[in-house]
Amino acid sequence: MSLLSLSLPLRARIGRRPMLAMGLAILGGFVALALLAPLIAPFDPILQDAGAKLLPPSWDHPFGTDNFGRDVFSRVLWGTRIDLQIAVLGVVFPFLIGTGVGTVAGFFGGWVDAVLMRVIDVVLAFPFLVLMLSIIAILGPGLASFYIAMALVGWVSYARLIRAQILVLKSQDFAVAAASLGFSRLRIMFRHLLPNALAGSLVFVMSDAVLVLLNGASISYLGLGVQPPVAEWGVMVAEAQGFISQAWWITLFPGLAIVTLAFGFSLTGDALADLMGVHE
Amino acid sequence: MHRYRFILLRPLQLVPVLFGISIITFVLVRLIPGDPARVLLGTRATPSAIANIRAQYGLDDPIWVQYLYFLKNLGAGEMGKSVVYKIDVLRLIATRIEPTLALVVAGVVLTLVIAVPFAALSARRQGRAADHAVRIVSTAGLGFPAFWLGMMLILLFSVRLDWLPVAGYGESFSERLQHMILPGLTIALSLSAIITRSLRAGMIAGLSSDVATAARARGMPENVVFWRHVVPNAVVPTVNLLAVNIGWLIGGTVVVESVFAVPGLGQLMVRAIFSRDYMVVQGVALAFALATVLTNFLADILTVALDPRVEM
Repeated sequence: MSLLSLSLPLRARIGRRPMLAMGLAILGGFVALALLAPLIAPFDPILQDAGAKLLPPSWDHPFGTDNFGRDVFSRVLWGTRIDLQIAVLGVVFPFLIGTGVGTVAGFFGGWVDAVLMRVIDVVLAFPFLVLMLSIIAILGPGLASFYIAMALVGWVSYARLIRAQILVLKSQDFAVAAASLGFSRLRIMFRHLLPNALAGSLVFVMSDAVLVLLNGASISYLGLGVQPPVAEWGVMVAEAQGFISQAWWITLFPGLAIVTLAFGFSLTGDALADLMGVHE
Repeated sequence: MHRYRFILLRPLQLVPVLFGISIITFVLVRLIPGDPARVLLGTRATPSAIANIRAQYGLDDPIWVQYLYFLKNLGAGEMGKSVVYKIDVLRLIATRIEPTLALVVAGVVLTLVIAVPFAALSARRQGRAADHAVRIVSTAGLGFPAFWLGMMLILLFSVRLDWLPVAGYGESFSERLQHMILPGLTIALSLSAIITRSLRAGMIAGLSSDVATAARARGMPENVVFWRHVVPNAVVPTVNLLAVNIGWLIGGTVVVESVFAVPGLGQLMVRAIFSRDYMVVQGVALAFALATVLTNFLADILTVALDPRVEM
């Protein structure tokens, strides 16, 4: 990124990048929907209405109603809160753990690095979802189990990314200078090296959010994550499966919500990679 | 032949990973609260069965001795019994491999059928409308949840058009082939999003490579240059990308098998989690991890075989 573009105001920089603008607009839109859900949702998301079962989309129910007579539009809106939370928290914990481990492994090298890298190899040998499901099998179904499993499995990608960056950075002049000034290892690691190593992982955060969102929704679809009657998009699709031939709308809309939110993360991630000159 | 020396060396390097896999699967089940014998046998186990399993797995010994027992049993192909199905886990897994393997193969084949033409279209019209369309669709495709995509395909091809069966696996070969189309397509559409991007990048690099320029200089038509010189070189890194994504692909089969009621390993695992059949969960996790390691190894061999320049 050139100095010129850095000196432009933020709005001008975003405005010149339609992909970034669109991605941020989608993400911002979902955040707004999540915050405003109680105000704009026309119905209670878990209130059943025996007189309004399986109604197709109409003015009263824009996305129709499900087999319990619940308003699908209101449920999709409320689901934004859970699924956005999944995408954010499901990324934050692995990011923090992975960044810490990667920094330490890259900085110290030697046997610390060797051991940590072998652990990463082993975690990566398991299919991601399979290891997560195995952990959830022990902890029992639920959103908390999902976050724990996500943290235990997801950190490896961040650790590898950060480690590779730290390895390159630690022999550069500024790091050597900091060491010769007698700064502590902790200070060099986290004040000097880490800030310079983060660009790649910050871009990866966006594409990871897509995977985490899909994982969270998939695990909830399988019945092992968020539990009914909570309105979560994966749960909604699971509950709708039996009615696919009579009521397509119960399945269609929560799925579209996932696709749109994921698209927002992907666009933002691609645009950020472009902006920061990072190539995955 | 020393380019292939790694085929003998690599298994040795894999030993620590295999140990790690066995430790994780061992620890996972031991972390479940409660008496391990009860955990493994279920709540209705008889006292003699509990005594047997205590002896077989050394459950009264220290934890590291228990791990050695676990390894010994594993070495003898002994992975315990399923509480629900009342048969050996190894035999149970063996009966479920075929549908999962069929699903993976169908998924990969359909992925190539979808991804190669779209990547070619995109690469040859770089920067034009078709290219932008392919790139936007593949970016959006990354975010399609497999369970939802599968149900949309059911809605279109089974409910509306009535062309294909809704779910299940079928008896005869042709029935099974029919049953694999929609699940395979579900996996392929998701996987194509990843593969198309990489293929496109490879083809674009290939179009301006020396090989392509030399072929054009010999007067070869652009079509021939593209399909004979550019595409084969772009496919080699894609083989590796497929292998790197095998874990993701297996995760996908777990979800897709549940959507389409395919009686494979993934469905077995999900049901075992619900019925607390931990021996089965452990066995399937182990089987999937071994399959991942083996696939990556085979992909390395294939990469060396396909590209004479590669050294491992």
